[in-house]
Amino acid sequence: MKHKLAVLVENNPGVLAKVSGLFSRRGYNIDSLVVSDTEDKSVSRMTIVVDGDAKTLEQVTKQLHKLVDVIKVNDLTNDEIVSRQLLLVRVAADHDTRGEIIQLMDIFRARIIDIGRRSLIVEATGDEDKIEAIIKSLQPFGVQEIVKTGISAMVRSPKEK
Amino acid sequence: MLGAALLLSALEAQGVDVVFGLPGGSVIPLYDCLKDFNIRHILTRHEQGAVHAADGYARATGKVGVCFATSGPGATNLVTGIATAQMDSIPLVCITGQVSSPLLGKDSFQEAYTVGICQPVTKHTYAITKASEIPDVVAEAFFVAKTGRPGPVVIDIPKDIFTQEAPPAIDGGKVRERVALKFKAYTINKEQVRKAAKMLTEAQKPVMIVGGGVNISEKNHRLLTQLVEKTQIPVSETLMGRGVFTNEGVLNLGMLGMHGTTAANYAVQNADVILAIGMRFDDRVTSDVSKFAPKAKIIHVDIDPAEIGKNVVVDLPIVADSEEFLMVLNEVMAAVANRQEWLDELKAHTKMVKSPANSVLPPKEMFAVIDKLLDEDTIVVTDVGQHQMWAALFLNPRRTRRFLTSGGAGTMGYGFPAAIGAKFGQPDKKVVLITGDGSFQMNLQELAVVKKFRLPIKICLVNNGYLGMVRQWQEMFHNGNYAETTLDAAPNWQRLAQAYDINYVCIENLDDAAQKLAVVFNDDEPYLIDLLVDHTANVYPMVPAGCGLDEIVGDFENEA
Repeated sequence: MKHKLAVLVENNPGVLAKVSGLFSRRGYNIDSLVVSDTEDKSVSRMTIVVDGDAKTLEQVTKQLHKLVDVIKVNDLTNDEIVSRQLLLVRVAADHDTRGEIIQLMDIFRARIIDIGRRSLIVEATGDEDKIEAIIKSLQPFGVQEIVKTGISAMVRSPKEK
Repeated sequence: MLGAALLLSALEAQGVDVVFGLPGGSVIPLYDCLKDFNIRHILTRHEQGAVHAADGYARATGKVGVCFATSGPGATNLVTGIATAQMDSIPLVCITGQVSSPLLGKDSFQEAYTVGICQPVTKHTYAITKASEIPDVVAEAFFVAKTGRPGPVVIDIPKDIFTQEAPPAIDGGKVRERVALKFKAYTINKEQVRKAAKMLTEAQKPVMIVGGGVNISEKNHRLLTQLVEKTQIPVSETLMGRGVFTNEGVLNLGMLGMHGTTAANYAVQNADVILAIGMRFDDRVTSDVSKFAPKAKIIHVDIDPAEIGKNVVVDLPIVADSEEFLMVLNEVMAAVANRQEWLDELKAHTKMVKSPANSVLPPKEMFAVIDKLLDEDTIVVTDVGQHQMWAALFLNPRRTRRFLTSGGAGTMGYGFPAAIGAKFGQPDKKVVLITGDGSFQMNLQELAVVKKFRLPIKICLVNNGYLGMVRQWQEMFHNGNYAETTLDAAPNWQRLAQAYDINYVCIENLDDAAQKLAVVFNDDEPYLIDLLVDHTANVYPMVPAGCGLDEIVGDFENEA
């Protein structure tokens, strides 16, 4: 099962190596990892998608807590969250298919951000399902190159008073 | 104030009186300032010696061990010792020099990425970038090293920082609040302890397993003894726990695990409730974990929550300091009288290993002779291999912190420098090193330190001309193919001892052992004691890898 963890860490050089080193050393599988600074410049936030059962996740969380640079670990798996990832994909397109691709991408609210003679580049953001769907829909045209960021996630704000 | 002086005064502020180390290019400015401070520096002959000595010092005293090394190879030579300390949760602060800041990252002379190399084998690492950071970093490093589950910390300092000026620390260094909170002791959950007491009271076949986490507190000896006498729960120690429980009789099961006693392993495999304190269910303790303690509910007490549920499924987790836990359990648990049936059952499964019939110096009997010469204060330090297991099985350390051994990492070469460190930490206590001819040759350059300070360490060289434990495995599991385990071309040990002005005694048979060893142990002088044991003696009992703890191999005395 895939779990999303939000990990707040000290914004130190070397902290990414400490966290990723922990994962590789103990044999945990990282699906994706996103790091950026936050509203507080001394703190970075990592969004880590880790594959494993509940026992593995418990160990991951506990071991992360032991790192001095780790401030907080939140398991977002059971939270109401919004999650997004960014996709860039280069897809083969000539004047016969270009219109169709553009129409198709409109449905996903994806954008064409570059057009060449034989290909174009699509940009999209969305959750994992949407990104997966976009890639699938483009495959028949000839996907030439894919770049994805990992997943960024945030817990939804409370809706009731 | 110079960065070097800031560092040394920060160490003084932490109460550091001894450091072990070896200077090199990047730390010359640090060593330049040593004369102005009240810190004794012990020059080892190899950085590995320095870090193991700091480790032995820490284990023997309970204080944080400190060592210095230069950049590059100096720092990488520490790594084995740091990993050893990490595996056994020993508090160390290792100060490594680094190339000057402008040279960083340029593959400069004697440059190594020390914090990167050390990160997986430390509790934390610090890379200093300004002299003004030093007081706070040192304070925090000591705090991290000794608080909660102890461990080694590395502080890497570029050469130019040692000569950089910064204002002296007014109020000593400060630990960041967040870090202080992170390692703040857990408040023990008394409800959980009551549950544990209930489980143990109702248990028909309870057993306790105590490990290194219990061995680090002096008070635990009394607390545990009190608890056991009251509740009649038999106790088994892990290798790291040796010395915590000293009662004689059936309640003392001895060590468990791969080379554990028949009684301890039987107890664990047949127990209905196991109380495990300050131990981590290492594979050498559990053997095949799927066959471990099949009938038992497990209560696991550890200060590190990550240990609970890591290797075995735990029925009742308690995150606590061992001392506090024992205190509370003593309070809430009433006396239990009737365990006779269980204790009788354990007694019936206590078997003694038989010594080889024609041996002139059988290890078991030889260790029994040594054991008689130990007192409550004697610190036994071991290396790694057969002699280590014999020492664990046949010597009886009489208190906590009296049996220092590389348990988790199994570092050959650990023992001798660790014994030196222990002696500097506890100069009034007798220090006995049990080593083997394989292990001893890994760090015997430190004989120079023994010579220089006339350290009256008794170096018991269990000499069988083999990498004995590997030889034993080759005999048992590899059809006697003794590939590269013969240690021929050994030095002439007598002449080696002479070369360092150290006394030499050779013991060839059991008849001589008692008398000769008594003389040596009562002489306040360094000795190399050459114990010519059987070349082919094996360590038994043994649970072969992949077996359950009840599948014990060995030649036993009281067996039909």
